[in-house]
Amino acid sequence: MKITIDEDRCCGAGQCVLEAPDVFDQRAEDGVVVLLDAAPPAELHEASRSAEQLCPTAAIEISE
Amino acid sequence: MTTGRIAIVGASAAGLTAAEALRREGWDGRISLIGDEPHEPYDRPPLSKQVLAGKWEPERTGLRAADALTGLDLDLRLGTTATGLDVPNRRVLLGEEALDCDGVIIATGVAARALPGAAHGAHVLRGLDDALALRARLANPGRRLVIVGAGVLGVEVAAVARELGHEVVVVAPEAAPMERAVGIEAGDLLAEAHRAHGVRLRLGELVDGLLDDGGRARGVRLADGSELTGDAVLIAIGCTPAVQWLRDGPLDLADGIGCDSYCAAAPGIYAAGDVARWHHPVLRRPVRIEHRMNATEQGMAAARNLLAELDPERFGTRREFAPVPYFWSDQYGFKVQAYGDLADADQVQLRVLDKTDPGAPKAAALYRRGDSAFGALSIGVPPKQARALRGAVATPQPWEQALGVLDELAS
Ligand SMILES: Cc1cc2nc3c(=O)[nH]c(=O)nc-3n(C[C@H](O)[C@H](O)[C@H](O)COP(=O)(O)OP(=O)(O)OC[C@H]3O[C@@H](n4cnc5c(N)ncnc54)[C@H](O)[C@@H]3O)c2cc1C
Ligand code: SF4
Repeated sequence: MKITIDEDRCCGAGQCVLEAPDVFDQRAEDGVVVLLDAAPPAELHEASRSAEQLCPTAAIEISE
Repeated sequence: MTTGRIAIVGASAAGLTAAEALRREGWDGRISLIGDEPHEPYDRPPLSKQVLAGKWEPERTGLRAADALTGLDLDLRLGTTATGLDVPNRRVLLGEEALDCDGVIIATGVAARALPGAAHGAHVLRGLDDALALRARLANPGRRLVIVGAGVLGVEVAAVARELGHEVVVVAPEAAPMERAVGIEAGDLLAEAHRAHGVRLRLGELVDGLLDDGGRARGVRLADGSELTGDAVLIAIGCTPAVQWLRDGPLDLADGIGCDSYCAAAPGIYAAGDVARWHHPVLRRPVRIEHRMNATEQGMAAARNLLAELDPERFGTRREFAPVPYFWSDQYGFKVQAYGDLADADQVQLRVLDKTDPGAPKAAALYRRGDSAFGALSIGVPPKQARALRGAVATPQPWEQALGVLDELAS
């Protein structure tokens, strides 16, 4: 799994952090998403996919 | 009898997410995703922000890359209007054509409300084409824009138009911007911010009608007979649920589509997004939410629950839909964020965290109903910090305890 993020789209909703705190964080100053793990291990795939789907700005993209 | 098809009506945030969720859960039958707009699914929040400001071209609003869409293997029907729904037979009507389905998810959203008897030439802002039309009118600075309505949309556009160098006047019957969404205390703070940025606010004023100059709106007439004139007029007075196509059926259409706590409107018929009113099990009242996060979350929930209804052995049991509502708005350099339920508050506790620059307010507020905190709001607070407020209302906390979170933010 390979995750990419588009900082420019992110609105700082933090939904991704709620779903997968080991994969996503937010920058302190403006809340923009920080990718902690661009290729997370299998046990985090499900949560990462949820984050991708739930992100309200489609800022997260996952490819296999 | 199974048809092997699920139809989703409305191909925007809620509809597309529902389609993705169906696939993710393992639905391998057909998915017909029907949308009346010609565009591939795109996102609306950037329309009043990056697109209007000229920072993004329309393509950037696309919700999914082309290959991701292809990967969903959809029967995608764009530019196609659903004209009716045979509820007991789960049959979606597309003009002459009829689609027999195992289940249907309705995600037709809302449409911008017009002024009664509105003349031509006034702008609304709901879709991509609306945004591009307004953007074209604001291409050269120094115009004068009259905005009718001081809701989230009206004031977001006001902020962008000021940044583009236009004169802006906002006229609305409310006493403060976004008053219905956030209450008067926070609304007053926002009023100050917009004035600091040079927006003229005409609050507490009723608009009587448009001034029409041969098909081009050149201002509005107020109830007291006076006139506000400008080069362009934006009508931003809220939306109505897109349910006309369902009106001859048995569904409850009092305000959007009435659903139970599973987002079901009838057996095999679910609704999601701006159009859906459902019984929220934690808030213990029917709610209809016109915000982006809810479209996504409810699209997923409706898809899962529909599958669970169709085949519980394979897809598990249905779950009540009980999200923590969330919305954000960007105005000038600051962000407004709200968690939970801010409506009908018995008390609002607003804490101003920094008042050095009225144009860049910083504040947080809690909203009490009964003995508990149901809603939280932040203005100009960095999102990561503001997330603490979510904790205070995710499950409504005793009021005194929740107030502690405000103290922490202030310290
Ligand atoms: C300019 C703007 C800015 C916004 N900014 C924010 C923001 O900052 N934060 C936030 O939280 N929310 C914001 N929102 C709200 C957010 O965009 C909506 O909540 C979200 O788009 C709802 O998604 P939806 O899929 O339920 O409905 P919609 O996006 O309205 O999509 C419904 C789709 O169904 C189609 N349709 C309707 N009837 C039919 C029919 N009979 N047959 C076929 N298709 C049909 C419509 O044309 C539309 O394409 C904003 C909205 C707008 C317009
Ligand atoms: S969920 Fe999306 S918008 Fe929210 S912080 Fe994560 S990437 Fe940004």
